[in-house]
Amino acid sequence: MGELFDGILNYHLGFVVWSGIAFLLLLVVLRKFAWSPILGFIHDREQSIENALLSAEKAKDEMSRLTSENEALLKQARVERDLILKEAKDLKDKIVSEARTSAQAEGAKMIEKAKIEIDTLKNVALNEVKDQVASLSLEIAEKVLRHQFEDQSKQDELVADLLKEIKLN
Amino acid sequence: MDFSDIFKLRKTGIGAVLALFLTLLNVQGLRAEEITGDSAMAGGEMHMSAAGHQAKGQKEEKFDPPPVIMEHISDSHYWHLWGETSFSLPVILITNKGVEAFSSSVFHHGEEMYQGKYYNYKLVDDKIMVADASGRVDKELSSHVYDFSITKNIASTWMAVILLILIFTSVSASYKKRAGKAPRGLQSLIEPIIIFIRDDIAIPNIGYKYQRYMPLLLTLFFFIWINNLIGLIPVFPGGANVTGNILLTFLLAFIVLLVVNFSGNKHYWKHILLPDVPKWLYPIMIPVELISVISRPFALMIRLYANISAGHIIVLSLVSLIFIFKSIAVAPVSVAFVLFMDVLELLVGFLQAFIFTMLTALFIGTAVDEHH
Repeated sequence: MGELFDGILNYHLGFVVWSGIAFLLLLVVLRKFAWSPILGFIHDREQSIENALLSAEKAKDEMSRLTSENEALLKQARVERDLILKEAKDLKDKIVSEARTSAQAEGAKMIEKAKIEIDTLKNVALNEVKDQVASLSLEIAEKVLRHQFEDQSKQDELVADLLKEIKLN
Repeated sequence: MDFSDIFKLRKTGIGAVLALFLTLLNVQGLRAEEITGDSAMAGGEMHMSAAGHQAKGQKEEKFDPPPVIMEHISDSHYWHLWGETSFSLPVILITNKGVEAFSSSVFHHGEEMYQGKYYNYKLVDDKIMVADASGRVDKELSSHVYDFSITKNIASTWMAVILLILIFTSVSASYKKRAGKAPRGLQSLIEPIIIFIRDDIAIPNIGYKYQRYMPLLLTLFFFIWINNLIGLIPVFPGGANVTGNILLTFLLAFIVLLVVNFSGNKHYWKHILLPDVPKWLYPIMIPVELISVISRPFALMIRLYANISAGHIIVLSLVSLIFIFKSIAVAPVSVAFVLFMDVLELLVGFLQAFIFTMLTALFIGTAVDEHH
């Protein structure tokens, strides 16, 4: 065992020192000129990629939000349009039916008025006719009577007949 | 990025682990018994335990794999290129009398002594010793000499460091140039790994404080990985077994130990020094906890070292078969197995880097954990 380590420092210390210097130098140089910049650049790029992805995601979200908003608006508009149409139709129906009822009522009223008018006129006409008929009858009766009662005998006869009738009664 | 499908290859995994284990056993056998090549042929198997403690001198030409393999996976003052050609790397010695530097070519691969400024040096088993005039090694004087040479592994480590700095500064520059845009080219190769380390290693284990430790984790991961990969290249500029060197893994584990313990918060220390057990158990519990502080980085050190060394040993053993059998006919088999092992090592190289980083993050996580 002792022989194995005999002179180990004499022969091998130099190797350890030289390779140690080499490795530490490599570490220092690469750290300064390679690892820091490379890792920095990789980090920056990853960051920018991540940001880009995030903003794309955001844009997508925004897009879908807008789309859904648009759709909602459209839907609302459609509902409103339907409502307006329905209201308009109702209104129209109402107006039409109102017009119809009022026209009917007016018509009925006019007919009523006309009837009354007609009745009145008819009554007036009838009364006139009656008056005419009465005066005509009277004239005719007068003329007949005048004609009948031109002679006295016939008068007497009539009186006598009348009296007879009264008697009978 | 999800790497869980790596673990889903359970069948392949078990097969690979078995193969690794068996080969390791065999290599152990090789080392232990110093067997000769001819006994290994029995039944055409690659079974290498066995017969002979034959006297070494009897067969001059016999091929002895263990020293060769060990030589290949250990550090050296030379960087072998091909054949007899190799780079002579600089030798730097810190002695009690002063510092001196010269090229390792002066040793002629250990064949010659060198008269330095302060001492007479000799290369024995690739270790620099002080020798007296007659060529005998003087242990007493050797202990005054510290070897700070730029060895093969050091050179390879520095190369990996420079490579990493070049790669990542260029990636960083392309981030600057294309700020905020999608990654491109090398950048798009590196970025998923960085994000993997951040999202699947650092954040789940450490929590929101992960940012402080990211440079360490990333550096550890890429440093281990690239060294594993460079180690797989069989020829120059690869060929050095950096992450299979226990001293390097020791260094990394030691750094992890320091980082973990210096970032330990009061919960962490309370858990170690005042655990929630009856007072009379403290004499047992506190040493156990203290051992666990050491043992976790220790396991990191051994795991990386053993895995990478094992891979190299297996590949070298497979190549050695050709020389053991002394037949070119074995070569296709060896090459096929080596190819398989190399592909497996590609996976292991990544996996070990991942495991090292993962466990480091886990240990840091236990040290900075706030809710207990």
